[in-house]
Amino acid sequence: MKRIALLGMPNTGKSTLFNRLSGASARVGNWPGITVDLMSAKILIGGHIGELIDLPGIYDLHGFSDDEQVVRHFLSNNGVDLAIIVLNSSQIDRQLSLALQIKNLGLPAILLLNMQDEAKRSGITIDTEAMSKQLGLPVMLISAKYGDGCPQALQMAAKQLAENFNAVSPQEVAALLEADVQIEQEMQSIVKQTVQMPTELTDETTDNIDKVLLHPVFGLPIFFAAMFMLFQFIFTAGKPLQDGMAWLLNHFRTLALEPLFAGLPTWLNGLLLDGIFNGISTVAAFVPIIVMFFLVMSMVEDSGYLSRAAFLMDAFMAKIGLDGRGFVMVLMGFGCNVPALMGTRVMRSRPMRLLTMLVIPLSLCSARLQVFLFMIATLFAASQAAYVMFALYMMSFATIFLTAVLFKGQYESSEPFILELPPYRFPTPRQIWLRGWQEVKYFLNRATKFIIIGVVMVWLLTNYPTNVAPASAGTLAGQIGTLFAPILDPIGIDTQLAIALIFGFVAKEIVIGSLAVIYGLQGDALSNQIAMNIDWVQGMSFMLFTLIYTPCLSTIATIRTESKSTKFMWLSIAWSLGLAWVVSFIFYQGARALGF
Amino acid sequence: MTPFNDIQFNDIKLNNLLPGEHGIIHAIQAEQGLHQRLNALGFRIGKQIQLIRRASFNGPLHVRIGATDIIMRDIDAQRIQLDVAQRTQPSATQHIQLNAA
Repeated sequence: MKRIALLGMPNTGKSTLFNRLSGASARVGNWPGITVDLMSAKILIGGHIGELIDLPGIYDLHGFSDDEQVVRHFLSNNGVDLAIIVLNSSQIDRQLSLALQIKNLGLPAILLLNMQDEAKRSGITIDTEAMSKQLGLPVMLISAKYGDGCPQALQMAAKQLAENFNAVSPQEVAALLEADVQIEQEMQSIVKQTVQMPTELTDETTDNIDKVLLHPVFGLPIFFAAMFMLFQFIFTAGKPLQDGMAWLLNHFRTLALEPLFAGLPTWLNGLLLDGIFNGISTVAAFVPIIVMFFLVMSMVEDSGYLSRAAFLMDAFMAKIGLDGRGFVMVLMGFGCNVPALMGTRVMRSRPMRLLTMLVIPLSLCSARLQVFLFMIATLFAASQAAYVMFALYMMSFATIFLTAVLFKGQYESSEPFILELPPYRFPTPRQIWLRGWQEVKYFLNRATKFIIIGVVMVWLLTNYPTNVAPASAGTLAGQIGTLFAPILDPIGIDTQLAIALIFGFVAKEIVIGSLAVIYGLQGDALSNQIAMNIDWVQGMSFMLFTLIYTPCLSTIATIRTESKSTKFMWLSIAWSLGLAWVVSFIFYQGARALGF
Repeated sequence: MTPFNDIQFNDIKLNNLLPGEHGIIHAIQAEQGLHQRLNALGFRIGKQIQLIRRASFNGPLHVRIGATDIIMRDIDAQRIQLDVAQRTQPSATQHIQLNAA
């Protein structure tokens, strides 16, 4: 099988092309270093099956960032039959270096100049034929976003594969990778001869939008207002979907599952309905809102606005020992902490990276969002809900700033902050759809991995031994709750909530699922029961604890692998648990002292 | 004449530009890793660079080289020395006053 490597600079639409060629879906983002794992796909090329590998975006084959090393190590250890080089047409004057670097390795290659639509708008014309002659590589203009030229590019790749069957061995590539000669002059001379570029290139639209969004006074207020409006939109539009989902699931249970399982032994019926179904359906009701959330997040991510946020926030972030990129990682952490932690790879200084990795788990991820949406709907009036949610987001920021300020002495760095501002882009419906589907798949994956096992365990703990009432103090769950009572009583967390918190350590998606199992109820009945058992002060304390303590096992594992330090992982766990307890303690005892 | 006769415009650093002003890069003082990164982003001797804007609260600079927009901190922009081709006298004076302030 032929191996084809997809290579290119960051922000050139390489992942979009990969998705288009492979039909699979990878994440697409403007933020450098999003494509952190090597994705591959089987594709049909020239009548044969080929393996397409999406290598990380790099600026320089001879650079020293993690991604650049990954690409070099890959090429030095794996035979590649064809390299597909993807560059941004409108930045071809500086990106051509990468094509020359790869060509110098002797690898059979083709060059695809992506984003031809953007280049056309900027008035850039490229003579691909002349460039192809000079480079000695087939060159083609494409638009991965709209699919223009993609089938032809695939044909060109097939032709190039058929003509070059003596692939260079990885050893030869490895030997060549040391050499880096004359590339700069060659690049300049080719650009001079083949590319006509307006001397003052300005993308008018991006410039005009920037004048407003990066305004010295209004830039930041606009940013926060935009974020607030997006969240309002998500919750307003998501609520009916969420209610519809809950209604559907409830009817599914009463009309289909209950008659179906009626003949089963009581314990199995209980496990299936009150355990697995209640647990999963309580979580599943939030899927529509989470999908909406990720659709909106991916639009913001792909639009180029996040890099602008880095620009606006850098001065403030510098004061707490981080930089503008750290702020963007925190925003990405609102979706899921794991990719945000991986995104810190773009930082070269280890102290800066560790400090950023210490604060990311404090950003309110979508899994925690489910818990809060549920608890807020249960314990607060609809008119108060938005304020409570807003307060939790502010609390998330506050803990991030507190953590950064307290630890910045330990993690001092003078890492240069230099970042590219991509032009504004509008993601196509296809990109948005792929991304939304990706998140649903991810949710279902986690659901099968964590939630089912989690709710089954919670069900067992709350139903054994069988000679006492379910979820009472005599059950295993009750005994565990009693064990933790000395720590959790002072923060107002009762036995039932304690069990949910303990399982929430594995993944926050389990928290409300396990509450459903503990109470043996679902939907409104569950909300009513919880509202009777705890008051809003306890609920708030529970939410604060959930917000701050370690998000999930995946996050812990990622912290461990990304920091390559077990000690740092334990620091992160201990700090977040300690901070969670202290904040909840202050809130709970404070509120009680004030008479609430 | 003005007391600024002996000012060498060659010594102007990127962070001393005013929004809207251009310069030609004539030296980059950075260690190897950073140098390579700046190179990859298009910072090369002889290239024209423009300061677009600054973020408030002494935040980063927004600069443009060719078709590429880049943001960078003041402290990193100090490493880049420019030739400023046509600097009108008023803005030069303004620039020196800014420096003094």
